[in-house]
Amino acid sequence: MAERMQLCNISENNFEQCTKCSICTTVCPVAAVTTDYPGPKQAGPDGERYRLKDPAYFDKALKMCLNCKRCEVACPSGVHIADIIQHARMDATLGKQRASLRDTLLANTDLLGTVANLVAPVANATLGLKPTKAVMHSVMAIDKHRTFPAYSRQKFTTWFKRHAAKEQDAFAHHVSYFHGCYVNYNFPKLGQDLVKLMNAVGYGVHLLDKEQCCGVALIANGLYKQAMRQGRTNIDSIRKSVTRDNRVVLTTSSSCTFNMRDEYPAMLGIDNADVRDSINLATRFIYKLVDEEKIKLIFKQDYKRRIAYHTACHIQRLGWQLYSIEMLRMIPGLDLVELEQNCCGISGTYGFKKENYELSQAIGATLFKDIADAKVEAVSTDCETCKWQIEMSTGLPVENPISILADALDVEATRQANNIK
Amino acid sequence: MATNDIYNKEYDVIIVGGGATGAGTARDCALRGLSVLLVERNDYSTGATGRNHGLMHSGARYAVTDGESASECISENMILRRIARHCVEETDGLFITLPEDDLQYQQTFVEACQRAGIRADVIDPEEARRIEPAVNPQLIGAVRVPDAAIDPFRLTVGNLLDARLHGAETLNYHEVESLIINQNRVEGVKLLNKLNGERIEVRSRVVVNAAGIWGQRIAQTAGVNISMFPARGALLIFGHRVNNMVINRCRKPANADILVPDDTVCVIGTTSDRIPIETVDDMRVTREEVDVLLKEGVKIAPSLATTRIIRAYAGVRPLVASDDDPSGRSISRGIVCLDHAKRDGLEGFITITGGKMMTYRLMGEIATNAVCAKLGNTAPCITANQPLPGSEEDGPNQGDLTKRYSFGQRAAIGRHGSLAARIEKDNDIDNALVCECEGVTVGEIKYAVHQLHVHNLVNLRRRTRVGMGTCQGKLCSCRAASLMGEFNHDVKRAQEDLAAFLDERWKGMRPVAWGDTLREAQLTASIYEGLCGLDTAVNLQGKEDVQ
Repeated sequence: MAERMQLCNISENNFEQCTKCSICTTVCPVAAVTTDYPGPKQAGPDGERYRLKDPAYFDKALKMCLNCKRCEVACPSGVHIADIIQHARMDATLGKQRASLRDTLLANTDLLGTVANLVAPVANATLGLKPTKAVMHSVMAIDKHRTFPAYSRQKFTTWFKRHAAKEQDAFAHHVSYFHGCYVNYNFPKLGQDLVKLMNAVGYGVHLLDKEQCCGVALIANGLYKQAMRQGRTNIDSIRKSVTRDNRVVLTTSSSCTFNMRDEYPAMLGIDNADVRDSINLATRFIYKLVDEEKIKLIFKQDYKRRIAYHTACHIQRLGWQLYSIEMLRMIPGLDLVELEQNCCGISGTYGFKKENYELSQAIGATLFKDIADAKVEAVSTDCETCKWQIEMSTGLPVENPISILADALDVEATRQANNIK
Repeated sequence: MATNDIYNKEYDVIIVGGGATGAGTARDCALRGLSVLLVERNDYSTGATGRNHGLMHSGARYAVTDGESASECISENMILRRIARHCVEETDGLFITLPEDDLQYQQTFVEACQRAGIRADVIDPEEARRIEPAVNPQLIGAVRVPDAAIDPFRLTVGNLLDARLHGAETLNYHEVESLIINQNRVEGVKLLNKLNGERIEVRSRVVVNAAGIWGQRIAQTAGVNISMFPARGALLIFGHRVNNMVINRCRKPANADILVPDDTVCVIGTTSDRIPIETVDDMRVTREEVDVLLKEGVKIAPSLATTRIIRAYAGVRPLVASDDDPSGRSISRGIVCLDHAKRDGLEGFITITGGKMMTYRLMGEIATNAVCAKLGNTAPCITANQPLPGSEEDGPNQGDLTKRYSFGQRAAIGRHGSLAARIEKDNDIDNALVCECEGVTVGEIKYAVHQLHVHNLVNLRRRTRVGMGTCQGKLCSCRAASLMGEFNHDVKRAQEDLAAFLDERWKGMRPVAWGDTLREAQLTASIYEGLCGLDTAVNLQGKEDVQ
């Protein structure tokens, strides 16, 4: 009887499914390079039992967790190890001292972007200067080795409204685009590439009613309340797009995607069940269209490149790297090297912090060596922060798969093949 | 301690039994200046002491039915908060009334508590849900009382340590085979050393029988009849705490009506069944007991239905015929101290029994008073005022933790109080975790093995919580066995110990082996038997169980 009563003994945060097999610890990129971090099993399920006894058992070492979720991917028992660690951090943060100025600035990617866009040439030049870096290193504890990604003179949304918005209604099919902060403030070309690609196969692209930063950096830096506010705004907009306009929402950033699909409900308590399946990474969406023979892609005959694909942690958690890789493989002239799945070490804003710089580079070392050994001219990944880290650490350019697809695409031939006038 | 030393000495008092009562008596005797030897046939706290709820009763549970026990409890409760701080967690407790219970009883209960001197505050069900979110939300009444959680292993060790600090000698794995009797006078004990099979005789002026339910047999060897009435109680341990306050049902005591948060786990219990005295060593928990415990447990805290059960265990309460009545017609839950000179004409022999783990100190005081009366010692009892080792005011604090790996150090302070200062923590090896579930470091293992009478892994578990977490020894047991093998320079013994330990862990998991507990056990078996071949390297068949 007792056995039947307990058929589904799954406690609220399911750490009891852990059988202490320790596989998670063997794949943890942090535990691999430092003994200061006790590893996901100890920090997560083990420590949780003590924290339930008394929150004072919170161990500061938990701040070293990258939230890369590789432990969750590896766990044979389905324990949400990283979520447990994040929640413990959240509990230890909420109601305590406020986040530092540094963490607040790093976390507020859209606020920083809005200001920097206005003064982009000055900002880019200043942020790159040695004295600026020295000040940021010592006063703000932002590591001097880091360079902020260059800010664009024109925001993606400004470009879109001026140059693209009008044409979109003419297409037979429609999608919305959650561009994210990086596309909007730093690299509008990626958004333009997506519009180019989608238009070529007959899809109009639209902005959401209201988009705010997805909040992945806010969560990582302990600014949970702000993350909740922004998350609710985004899900409201996404819901309108899906239910009112019948448009799924595409993204080009694996972290934004993962955050809005899985971290919103798990970390912020935002119910997105009705729209979660409609938040989709663009490569996955396009792959399925091709696979179902709804669209055709024609690539340039003379395109020749050797590129390595790096699986970002959050796309690995989604299990979607397959779609990006298969999309890239469709390009005839592309010689694709699939890298071993290793963390690059940046983990969003983590690697920007002075105290984490060495650890961050140690974590990424294996990946950087693999890239060097691959003898490629560029690297492709679905995550913008991996891009900064790999560019800084290997000197090679890093491009999103969507940009590579757009570059390799024979637009005219594709439009014809899909009967787009 | 060499056997010769014991052999040649005559002690003032030999105490038989290494549970809380024996340890408390040894401490009291030693503090009053007597020369003391305590002998225990297994490990310390293996009997009823280590097989209960870990509940520090306020006495409220007994208030309605047994006012005297209730008064004793609240008085000892307040004393233990002072003298055994590191063994106690001051959680407070709730007595809840559910819709199926009679709310009238609450009034009777509160009045009885007041008569016994127990603070009992009636609180709003809403307030109860707020302060203890795990409580059954359908409750219709709640009373807050000063219940608490207590660790009986630490408590016993604390008493033994203090006894030793004051000159007492203590031996585990020494079984009393018979008493030495000369002209109606007990003059010592005949002991079997269960570790090496040696037999020795040790002399003393008084022998105190503090052997709990096994005290009946000790008395029998001297031709004295004590009628014990073993009452068996089974309990379940859950993988983590669902509650942070003790939760009781506000009704006449019945099955499975107390849920206690103990350290990292919580424990529901107990059942209560009279059993024949011949079966007191059979601690296997039945399917029926598990069913009752869970069925009743979820009424107290519904989340127990979805929480992993890691173990089941049972203990035997030593209920005894009172009033020096050898026929055993009237049974008491209270403390019974028998001077066998008056009762049976056998000089130099005292039995202290009945009572509860909760009142161990008072039992020790009563027994020591009886011993002192015989020996003409007039020193006063000071056990109620002097803190146990580990509970002194000036213990280590958070500031004493090293910056790295503070988790295990913090857990050790929780377990050993100020004695944690003796645990080495100055290098990475000493700070390395052996037991990851419970945060036990190499340093803590060293301390326990060298200073707390540890002969095997089960002893080590009682002193440190090694292997008490959700993996039940899967990861820590081989590491701990390796350390023990290193200290003892004996690999073969360490291997056997490891196999015996895993076997002992499985026994407790077996009655609740479904779902994740079964998966856990399966993985453990795969690692140790399938991968390491432990079952072929070590044959446990025919080995005497000396846990």
